Amino acid sequence: MSAVTTTTHVRPIRRRPSLGRAAAWTIMAAIVLITLLPFYWILRTAFSSNAALAADPGNPLPVDFTGGGFARALGLQSTKEAIAQGGSGGGLAFWRYLLNSVIVSTLITVCQIFFSSMAAYAFARLRWRGRDKMFGLFLAGLMVPAIFTLLPNFVLIKQLGLVDTLLGIALPTMFMTPFAVFFLRQFFMNVPREVEEAALLDGAGKVRIFFRVLLPMASTPVLTLAVLTYITSWNDYFWPLMVSYSDSSRVLTVALAVFRAQTPQTGTDWSGLMAATLIAALPMLVLFGLFARRIVGSIGFTGIK
Amino acid sequence: MTVASSPPSRLPLRSAEGAQTEPQTHRARAREGQGDGPLAALFIAPAMLGFLVFLLWPTLRGIYLSFTRFNLLTPPQWVGLDNYIRMVNDPIFWDSLKVTVEYVFINIGVQTISALAIAVLLQRLTQSAVLRGIVLTPYLMSNVVAGIVWLWMLDTQLGIGNEILQGFGLDRIPFLADESWAIPTIALINVWRHVGYTALLLFAGLQAIPNDMYEAAKVDGASEWRMFWRITMPLLRPVLAVVLIMTVIGSFQVFDTVAVTTAGGPANATNVLQYYIYGSAFGRFQFGYASAMSVALLVVLSAITFVQYRLTRAGHTDLG
Repeated sequence: MSAVTTTTHVRPIRRRPSLGRAAAWTIMAAIVLITLLPFYWILRTAFSSNAALAADPGNPLPVDFTGGGFARALGLQSTKEAIAQGGSGGGLAFWRYLLNSVIVSTLITVCQIFFSSMAAYAFARLRWRGRDKMFGLFLAGLMVPAIFTLLPNFVLIKQLGLVDTLLGIALPTMFMTPFAVFFLRQFFMNVPREVEEAALLDGAGKVRIFFRVLLPMASTPVLTLAVLTYITSWNDYFWPLMVSYSDSSRVLTVALAVFRAQTPQTGTDWSGLMAATLIAALPMLVLFGLFARRIVGSIGFTGIK
Repeated sequence: MTVASSPPSRLPLRSAEGAQTEPQTHRARAREGQGDGPLAALFIAPAMLGFLVFLLWPTLRGIYLSFTRFNLLTPPQWVGLDNYIRMVNDPIFWDSLKVTVEYVFINIGVQTISALAIAVLLQRLTQSAVLRGIVLTPYLMSNVVAGIVWLWMLDTQLGIGNEILQGFGLDRIPFLADESWAIPTIALINVWRHVGYTALLLFAGLQAIPNDMYEAAKVDGASEWRMFWRITMPLLRPVLAVVLIMTVIGSFQVFDTVAVTTAGGPANATNVLQYYIYGSAFGRFQFGYASAMSVALLVVLSAITFVQYRLTRAGHTDLG
């Protein structure tokens, strides 16, 4: 009897969702399309010439295939050539900006994660007076919107004489963010105490335990946090815009906005702009590609307490 | 608590130095207990320095500066409530607050519903990690890149968006050049960039819901729709609440996309608060007035966070 009832029950249940599933897959496909279309469009535009783009804007393929956009973005074309192909002819020290972005993001990521993990360990596993009060203070810091501290921080960086330097851009987020401390503390709290005690028994000091045992154990959350921090600092625009004035400290995001603002007389140099955009975004795509598997799995873990 | 969890570490210590039980237990307790002061100070020093110098001090200083007239070149001059009085009487400030709120409503509304849909699809339809990776890719772009790309795709004359509209026999829309279209367009551009990340946060929350519940509901003949409202939504609520608070705070700080697409225009239609603050400080060198508006933004955000936290009972879970 039970066998009969289950079969009669299962059929209608199976059939209804299968129609629903088709609809759900269609929605999913649409989402993927909207997500990826702009990437394709960057590529398509970057390999087209400006003249052809204006003549044939709806063509899904690159029109008048050329690498001129990249040459302009990387500053490989002469001014004359650039203007002839619809560029502004304005100088763009692209490699310089790329290097600046790498220096700033690396400096921030390495220092911030290192110092934050030390603090997180002290909050999670060391016993000291006022620990919980201090942690509460850090948590309150989580509530202060980043934007609020930018103006006063700019004033401070100016007083320190670090305006228009890479260090000036990196400094405010080099030591910690409340989020990084909070996130790593959460991880260290969940490491079984036995692990530490076994090491203590072997005569290891707490410093050694931290560097040799706990930090290696935390490699996945640390890596996730590091990649996210790197992406965030790479993509930051507002703060570098405030601090940097000249090529010497200009990072890619700011350079891109400048490139966008240098509109040539013939109209925006879309081909060159898309090529520049692609070059600016590529390192993050590669970085993500390398670690995607580990990051995607633990990203929710980062956002939620 | 420490005693119960660590018998193996204590036994050998005792047997080795039986005579000195008293000081040894003290030291053992100190090791696990109160004695980490100097080490903790060392470990916490760099983060503490960063916290005090670049977070706490600027917060206090920002509040102080809001009561001064300050152009960066000469020392700040105390003016009491002048900046706040000016702010209350500044129609551009109120306009930009209105524009910002409009932006936040569209941005958060569309983003939250889309992210929820994506998260549920990723949970109930497929557990594909590749799809999760794809959904996250826009987040790897900077706001500047996202802004420029969509500026191009939505260009009135040459953009693919308008080519498609025209293909369907519709009129071209000047998405970013029209006063009423600009804010919704910018809001949706930022949805494109952030929705995947938000979806993954919600997805992680969904993973915490035991699969048995869905199985049991299925046996009872519940539809996916019903399961969503009866199981997913109630159990996801605490996570959703936290994500909502985080994204609303982020949304209020919109700047980058506006700066590269419309620069506050046309006719101040996209002059969001953050853009106005930036212009006041770096365009007109009114750091005092800019700080006062920052304080106002901080107050608004704190109030919203508090209300949201209360309304959504963010700190409580319904899960077992």
